[in-house]
Amino acid sequence: MAVGWFVLLAHALFCLGVYGMLTRRNAIGLLLAVELILNAAALNFVLFSRVFGAVQAQAFALFIIALAACEAVVGLAIILSLSRSAKTIAADEVQLLKG
Amino acid sequence: MTVVASLFAILILTAAVWVVTLRNLFRAALSLGLVLLGVAGVFILLEAEFLAFVQILIYVGAILTLVIFAIMLTATPHGSPEAPAHRQPLAAALASGGLFAVLAGSTQALVWPTLPVSDAVSLATLGTQLVTTLVLPFEVISLVFVAAMVGAIAIASAKRPGSR
Repeated sequence: MAVGWFVLLAHALFCLGVYGMLTRRNAIGLLLAVELILNAAALNFVLFSRVFGAVQAQAFALFIIALAACEAVVGLAIILSLSRSAKTIAADEVQLLKG
Repeated sequence: MTVVASLFAILILTAAVWVVTLRNLFRAALSLGLVLLGVAGVFILLEAEFLAFVQILIYVGAILTLVIFAIMLTATPHGSPEAPAHRQPLAAALASGGLFAVLAGSTQALVWPTLPVSDAVSLATLGTQLVTTLVLPFEVISLVFVAAMVGAIAIASAKRPGSR
């Protein structure tokens, strides 16, 4: 199994995430796209941990998963609060900084 | 292993396309679950079993549940089936496709080492590293976690609009 092949898979996952971030209007859809990007990064870390036998890379993949959890929690809390105050979660319809 | 890896790759890429294109957010979230399971499978192929289980527990178990709850809580009664779910899909496809071409062109030109036969990082080594060399990032992550939880509760707590 070639390493470059797994790298391509991570690239494809990352670029699909970028596509989602560029096109989605719904804020939750944006969060889903961010999860794709973070997963591509974690995939690269695990791949290089396997290739170079580096345990630190796996630890950093673990940190990525933990930070993704933080990001999802805070992001969804903001979206919930936004849907309550602005009555919309479309990212391009929110115009107020102070609700 | 090649066949299994290809199947996982097809699963991941198909479900990832669904995640970014499906109009129904609920279905997109379920497709994200497929992507996460596929990535966990690739982790197992890369001999990172612990990370695969962490991925399933935290991502599929916790984050996905949270996302689905948020989708249901924010679903507006009038819905938005008429409003476009996407903006400028063509330009975005060109941009991300170009990004993919640049990335692939720059990394496929490199000579990668072949995968060692079995150089598995043991779970014991990972645990030891987490409490010795990497203890500072580990503790910082726990601090960030607590801060995120407190912040999320503070932001999302039901406060009447207008009250301070």
